[in-house]
Amino acid sequence: MKRTATTVLAVVLLATAGCTNDGGGGGTGSANVPGVTDSSVIVGTHMPLTGPAAAGYSKIAPATKAYFDYVNKNGGVHGRKIEYKIKDDGYNPANTQTVVRELVLQDKVFAVLNGLGTPTHTGVLDFLKTNRVPDLFVASGSRSWNQADKYPGTFGFNPDYTVEGKILGTYVKENLAGKKACFLGQDDDFGRDSLAGIEKILGSVAAKESYVTSNPNVGPQMGALKAAGCEVVLLATVPGFTALSIGTAAKIAFKPQFVVSNVGADPTTVGKALGAGAPLMEGLVATNYLPLTTDEANPWIQLFKKVNAEHNGNAEFDNNTVYGMSVGYLFVQALQAAGKDLTRDKLTEAVKKNGFQGPGLVPLRFSATDHSGYGGAQLTKVVGGKAAWVGTPYTTDDKDAPVTAYQGQAATPPQNGVPAA
Amino acid sequence: MTDVKPKASAAPVPDTGLIVPKRRRRPHPVLVIAIGAVVVVALTYVLPPFRNYQLATVGAYFCVTAGLTVLTGLNGQLSLGHGALMATGAYTLALTQNKFMNLPFSFAVAILVTTAAGAVIGLAAARLRGPYLAGLTLAVAIVVPSVTSTFDETFNSDQGLSVVLDPPPEAFPMEQWQAWLCWSAALVVVLLLALLVRGRFGRDLRAVRDDETAARLAGINIARTQVLAFVVSAVCAGVAGALFAVLAQSVSPGAFPLTLSLFLIMAIVIGGLGSLFGALWGAVLLVVLPTLSQSVGEQTGSQRLEGNLALIVFGVVLVVVMLAAPGGLASIPSRITRLIRRNR
Repeated sequence: MKRTATTVLAVVLLATAGCTNDGGGGGTGSANVPGVTDSSVIVGTHMPLTGPAAAGYSKIAPATKAYFDYVNKNGGVHGRKIEYKIKDDGYNPANTQTVVRELVLQDKVFAVLNGLGTPTHTGVLDFLKTNRVPDLFVASGSRSWNQADKYPGTFGFNPDYTVEGKILGTYVKENLAGKKACFLGQDDDFGRDSLAGIEKILGSVAAKESYVTSNPNVGPQMGALKAAGCEVVLLATVPGFTALSIGTAAKIAFKPQFVVSNVGADPTTVGKALGAGAPLMEGLVATNYLPLTTDEANPWIQLFKKVNAEHNGNAEFDNNTVYGMSVGYLFVQALQAAGKDLTRDKLTEAVKKNGFQGPGLVPLRFSATDHSGYGGAQLTKVVGGKAAWVGTPYTTDDKDAPVTAYQGQAATPPQNGVPAA
Repeated sequence: MTDVKPKASAAPVPDTGLIVPKRRRRPHPVLVIAIGAVVVVALTYVLPPFRNYQLATVGAYFCVTAGLTVLTGLNGQLSLGHGALMATGAYTLALTQNKFMNLPFSFAVAILVTTAAGAVIGLAAARLRGPYLAGLTLAVAIVVPSVTSTFDETFNSDQGLSVVLDPPPEAFPMEQWQAWLCWSAALVVVLLLALLVRGRFGRDLRAVRDDETAARLAGINIARTQVLAFVVSAVCAGVAGALFAVLAQSVSPGAFPLTLSLFLIMAIVIGGLGSLFGALWGAVLLVVLPTLSQSVGEQTGSQRLEGNLALIVFGVVLVVVMLAAPGGLASIPSRITRLIRRNR
């Protein structure tokens, strides 16, 4: 009996000890909105800082945080400083469940921003909806984020993979006509949506293969594509697997034209993974919808480089840095538009109203019925180790709309680099 | 083979007062479980939501560690594949639930399927000893991601399946409801296990563990006892897996990696092999240690550390506990009483 009593007592003690560090950031400000006080707003995210997708992607959240620090230094948004809580989920959906619960239930975040990954984020949609947490600018191009009826608080950011697939397909159709086109994609919504877009333009591809991030070997897949006589290989891969595919192909003397989804095509990240094999990237075709890192004359790049130097310890400046800061910029725009009396509903209303002018080459599609992010992209090609623009930006939708050139002018950032209300 | 046998069966048996039953009055399991239930219900009202979610996770882990400690501690069979059995339960629940939307029914099917899986693995396991058994179960744990990507039409590869659940009754917060669900399952599982190992079956288990030849001479059917032990333990793992599927509202191979199976073994060893209280300690550690190491990682500012620190911490705790209390955490109270008696 004594032992039973000791155990019970210990459990109780341990549990109460567990409670004590539960501070939370309860609100005294806007009518008790979680995570909001008069002087601060807490936002959280889940990111792969370790694990199979960490290469490249782990730099996104620090870049966003750096932009927030820059805004905070310039007085914040409506007098509130933005506090950004970054949680590592290792690109493992089971971890995402835990860390997002921690963010919402314990840290009491106002919103979840830019949670990364299709398989990871899909699992927390219901939880975020039940808790009425705005789920903004998910870092993935899955079409799942665009379900205004089912998930009213969830909004995308990236052009969805189907839109991108259609644009990549158009490039192949116009520039590589008559060549045998094949596909390698991640075995989830990312790969499937991308393939759907590609096949809308090209018809059925000659061969298709898939991989899973838990198995870092694409030897069989590349072998099969080589055997099928592919001349063009379209990749829907994360950066590590883009490098793996290019390297594996080179090893078996397979030299197709690679056409790669934006999320897996950052030259800095892929080049680093390839190491001495980085020159293999030459001629790689991809898409982008944000300014290129190498475009020194672009005012957005100038702004982001300044923020990177001042608040991000001058981290290596790549597409992920630009991406992270663009997300930060858009979120600040949304906060400004939501007004001084910040509530969760006002924030989502502001996003639905849209009208955001930012670094993107094409407009964001947000509306009351459409929760998908950017509506197009421009093609890039690696020349001399650096990505360079090809042609003009294209826009389209995830259905049967044609792929059309976009003529709109790019916006320039405000003088102080912080969007006005 | 013969030189492996005694070593393998002798190794996991720390000689403590907890495991070798002495002529000492022990409270009836029903009483202990009743107290446990009261404590848990009280806790769910006191704790904030996120702690309730963690409490629920402890409950789910408790199911599998309890089953595993009976298998490894009392029967001497080492299984490195319990993560895979959890995955079996989890995927079965997800598939059934998404089809029929009936949670009790889904649980029943999950239990049935893991019983079958446990019987198949158990039949093979009963013919193997020591490292060979560990090898077989290790293979089972490793095969999970491959199965899900080979049959991706059904299991949807790495992305996994989401589990459609009816929301809990309006009056209760989600996390409280989850804690109740997990702990009712855990307490029922542990009560059944406790009743089972008190009786003849428990004696058979120990007899087979300690000396197979002697056990056979005493008329115990060795193979049957081992298979039964494995099935019982597999069912516990299946229940735990199903609970995890409900908790996370999703199942994916990433939730049941090889490290999970290894963590489970470590947890029951740290807690105290063969003791159900030890299994509880193990379950608590499985939740507390990663959380602690994560907050330490955050404080040091190195975000890369967060994902990896838990592994190190677990290793260190294992070493320290084995040095300080070879019988595990559950043996500490009796060690202390023994020390006091000796000094008197």
